[in-house]
Amino acid sequence: MDISFALTGKGYVIVAADTTAARSIVKMKVDEDKIKVLSPHLLMATDNDLTVGDTVQFAEYIERNIRLYHIRNTYALRPPSAASWIRRSLADSLRSRRPYAVNLLVGGYDTSTHTPHLYWIDYLGTMSEVPFAAHGYGAYFALSLLDRYHDPEASVEEGLVTLRRCLDEVAKRLVVTPEKYKVKIVDKDGVREVEI
Amino acid sequence: MSRSYDRALTVFSPDGHLFQVGAQCNVLAAQCSGLNRCWCIRSNTPWKRSVCAGKDVVVLGVEKKSVLQLQDPRTVRKVAMLDDHICLAFAGLTADGRVLIDKARIECQSHRLTVEDPVTVEYITRHIAGIQQRYTQSGGVRPFGISTLIVGFDPHDTRPRLYQTEPGGIYSEWKANAIGRSSKTVREFLEKNHKDEMSREETIKLTVKSLLEVVQTGAKNIEITVMESYGKITSLDLAQIEAIVAEIEREKEAEAERKRSRLAATAAGQAAMSQAAGGSGQ
Repeated sequence: MDISFALTGKGYVIVAADTTAARSIVKMKVDEDKIKVLSPHLLMATDNDLTVGDTVQFAEYIERNIRLYHIRNTYALRPPSAASWIRRSLADSLRSRRPYAVNLLVGGYDTSTHTPHLYWIDYLGTMSEVPFAAHGYGAYFALSLLDRYHDPEASVEEGLVTLRRCLDEVAKRLVVTPEKYKVKIVDKDGVREVEI
Repeated sequence: MSRSYDRALTVFSPDGHLFQVGAQCNVLAAQCSGLNRCWCIRSNTPWKRSVCAGKDVVVLGVEKKSVLQLQDPRTVRKVAMLDDHICLAFAGLTADGRVLIDKARIECQSHRLTVEDPVTVEYITRHIAGIQQRYTQSGGVRPFGISTLIVGFDPHDTRPRLYQTEPGGIYSEWKANAIGRSSKTVREFLEKNHKDEMSREETIKLTVKSLLEVVQTGAKNIEITVMESYGKITSLDLAQIEAIVAEIEREKEAEAERKRSRLAATAAGQAAMSQAAGGSGQ
């Protein structure tokens, strides 16, 4: 039931994910942070439709390895490399005895080329670089909206307005609506959280 | 006689020594030109845990090997960050250091992954010392030819920590310590001059001063890393170090000047006295 969105704009990526942790039809928690900060300019939203524990396990494994790379090399992996590595980890896991079933949105700001990057990765190890993305039921309602309203040159304020449209649409149409979302922005200054 | 006992490193000599391990320790003590020196001073106020973290500081000073003209100085590093809150400096074989540092870094992240907490300084020191010990006891390997100084802050604590490890796997905690070439001189200097409650500036100055005791080339070859609280690490740049060195030299100059004038005064006094004595003798 997880819903996550992400969209790029002029020099930033906005990543949003709902904050409910549910099992079956029961809500367990409503303040879960599903967006991990992997490095100073990298975010990863995780989505667990299938097996709940996988998400946390996989995300922490990724987080620690990205951090280890950063400490070893002084510089953190740039978003394209990080996304490729994450996809590869997931693809390797898929071919193991018990694969992780995790859907991901990886958003980052490349401080070398000064460009925002967003990657859509699913549990089968499919990866594509996209201007906007969504996972979960939200994707059914939001992608058409994003097709219509997304602007790669939009300011942060305009980007947040577009995101708001998506969240409102989900709230209007989806049978079970998440009550809260966590929204994080990554740009040249790093990662910050915003209220929406 | 030692010949027959240093073939395999796990064979004891009759008096109970492991020659290879002893040799690695001697390498560290020897005046070998390939070794770097580093020392470190901790300033803490153990009975005042509540003072702001900024007051408690740990300073790591390293003598940089002079970089060749065409070499990139950024690739010659002596202080390594193990995690957000822990730094390590080593003296000895740089190649061994790299391997040990990598093992320690992996352990730092692995510890976070398994228990969701950063390592404490003592934990990682024990781990590193453990690795070093293991390499003195198993076959087919040789011991790590390095001594390390590990500094940092424990999570949720304001007390700076300083540990030392040795090739044999011994580790110990210190207030101030030095390793590497002529470390004895520096340790003696530190024993004389270290005070328990030093401010940030005092601590940095003492570190530089102790470095200057044995480093001839001055500010250019000194590297200073300051850790002020959990995860707050800064390296001083050349200008800052030069300023401190200049200040120390000024103080030394003033001290020498005072000494000279005092000597001159005594000499003049003595001369006057002897003249007076000579006068009375006539």
